[in-house]
Amino acid sequence: MSEQRPDNSILVKRLLLTVAGMFAFGFALVPLYDVFCEVTGFNGRTSNEAAVYQQVEVDESRTVTVQFLTRNAKGIPWKFEPSIKQVKIHPGEVKVVNFLAGNPTSSNMIAQAIPSVAPAEASLYLNKVECFCFNQQPLAAGAETEMPMQFYLDPDIPDHITTFTLSYTLYDMTANTSAEAIAQLLKTE
Amino acid sequence: MSTVVEETHHDTHHDHKPSGIGRWLFTTNHKDIGSMYLWFSFTMFLVGGAMAMIIRAELFQPGLQLVEPQFFNQMTTVHGLVMIFGAVMPAFTGLANWMIPMMIGAPDMALPRMNNWSFWILPFAFMILLGSLFMEGGGPAFGWTAYAPLSTTYSSDSTALFVFSVHIMGISSIMGAINVIVTIMNMRAPGMNYMKMPLFVWTWFITAFLLIAVMPVLAGAVTMLLTDKYFGTSFFDAAGGGDPVMYQHIFWFFGHPEVYIMILPSFGIISAIIPAFARKRLFGYSSMVYATAAIALLSFLVWAHHMFTTGMPVFAELFFMYCTMLIAVPTGVKIFNWVATMWRGSMTFETPMLFALAFVILFTIGGFSGLMLAITPADFQYHDTYFVVAHFHYVLVTGAIFSIMAAAYYWLPKWTGHMYDSTLAKTHFWTSLISVNVLFFPMHFAGLAGMPRRIPDYATQFADINQIASIGGFAFGLSQLIFLWVAIKCVKGGEKAAAKPWEGAEGLEWTVPSPAPYHTFEKPPKVE
Repeated sequence: MSEQRPDNSILVKRLLLTVAGMFAFGFALVPLYDVFCEVTGFNGRTSNEAAVYQQVEVDESRTVTVQFLTRNAKGIPWKFEPSIKQVKIHPGEVKVVNFLAGNPTSSNMIAQAIPSVAPAEASLYLNKVECFCFNQQPLAAGAETEMPMQFYLDPDIPDHITTFTLSYTLYDMTANTSAEAIAQLLKTE
Repeated sequence: MSTVVEETHHDTHHDHKPSGIGRWLFTTNHKDIGSMYLWFSFTMFLVGGAMAMIIRAELFQPGLQLVEPQFFNQMTTVHGLVMIFGAVMPAFTGLANWMIPMMIGAPDMALPRMNNWSFWILPFAFMILLGSLFMEGGGPAFGWTAYAPLSTTYSSDSTALFVFSVHIMGISSIMGAINVIVTIMNMRAPGMNYMKMPLFVWTWFITAFLLIAVMPVLAGAVTMLLTDKYFGTSFFDAAGGGDPVMYQHIFWFFGHPEVYIMILPSFGIISAIIPAFARKRLFGYSSMVYATAAIALLSFLVWAHHMFTTGMPVFAELFFMYCTMLIAVPTGVKIFNWVATMWRGSMTFETPMLFALAFVILFTIGGFSGLMLAITPADFQYHDTYFVVAHFHYVLVTGAIFSIMAAAYYWLPKWTGHMYDSTLAKTHFWTSLISVNVLFFPMHFAGLAGMPRRIPDYATQFADINQIASIGGFAFGLSQLIFLWVAIKCVKGGEKAAAKPWEGAEGLEWTVPSPAPYHTFEKPPKVE
């Protein structure tokens, strides 16, 4: 055929680039989703970093009820519960709540607690100064422990949030960690 | 072999084709590849259909009779995967291969060798997927959506095979889509400008862009499943800092455009058939093009309507609800245009037209139940019930598959050179039409009454409705064997078809003889 046709290879290259770009975009959605959740409080995530308590005015005109829930993920037989089911707190006031954990098995274990807040909007105003969920928690066979969680609420928390729930799900991380590493962690405790 | 006879017969058209299996293995001819796609998709339609028969047989009565729950779950999962990636999508690609070059006056697809590849990797993808059913622990049983952690923590060891087969299917459809885009942009006959292209070409053009935009995202999502399950990453594992809900976001970012990938080419087919048998020009050609593009763009903004119950902020639920409802507008434009095309037309009711008319009515029913599902508060009730099953089978079976059958009857004379047996074809239509409604319509009621989907057992109150649906299911399954019979009979012989067997048909494909010679438009036609 003598007829001049446009060069296919340029177009094919562009389309292949689009495909590669969209494949990368699929993976880019992972960090984008994290940022999105952090900014909007979407999905009720709380920050993994300790908040530095800034001296803020305590708003004594209102109280917010914070409820605590604990749950064990499949396959972890630990005892895991809050020392108190709920607290009433003024925005700006600092509170410490202890969570009790016990390892009833005959082997050293290590676990990770994952927090979630409902309604999700409240997660933006929950500042944790200290939390056991920031790190994995080792526990020797048969041992029990108290794990502190220190937090305060941002005084900017909207008026319509009068109650919210902070729940923790405990996951068994023993299989992902070597026995020596757990023993080491237990020693430093 | 018959090819020898054909060779001598068509010598005047320079129809030299290699004989034997080599012709099919090494072919770069768009018509051969189109035929292979169509036969492959029909085979997969029967395979996926057989799985549906197992599902309906188990659901014929409450209680567990025939299969284990785990096997039932494998059937629902693989039925979905086979029908979507094995039946509907390859059927459209087959139609695109056969018809797009002939419709735009091109001698072949732009990238014929890649075309061969994109077909021949497909059978391997499905051998891997179907083979996984016979492995220890069984095949995928987590639903075609493969939600984490069902597909990671709780899935069988064969999950890697599922992932690889989805990769191969994705590569195949991406290659097919690239081929379609390059063909349409670079191979149009002189004078065939964009706004003169038949709507089937237009809708496929837009579909192809959707494919290259979202199939890579699916490939990424299943790759993350693979690394989560086998290599200790935590994309979707909360314990490691991931989020299972994120899988649903990524999946449906692919999944919703995928829904339109399976219906936009149908719109093109129906827009070709209705004018042909109403003997009028298509009403509102350019509005059809813009409506298709609008649907494609909106499809990227509605994915979370599949996830209303995952716990989203009210603002997000409302956003996705309104965007979803907005899609009804361009879709309504299309339905209006088809009805307006028929208005005062001199209609006749040959089999392609019957299927097209059934499409318009039944797809609209499926669209309406979609609107009901789009209402966020109502969706909390409908979510994961048989109402959803009824909805997507109305849009996929009486929508996409009916349009594929309409297309097959419409173009069979062009492909084979013979008219199909019209009595048999009408029998196929009427049995399909009645049985498909007996099959899927009662599911609306089962769903509204609260029957959950993907469960092999159910409360006895749903017994009657399920029995009716199962009887419809068996009848619909059997009816498709008539289709196979018609197709084989038509390939083997029958009344000679004229170059343009349909009086009102328009388009370049009807200017070449029937059957279409092996090579067409080696010299580009003049389009006025």
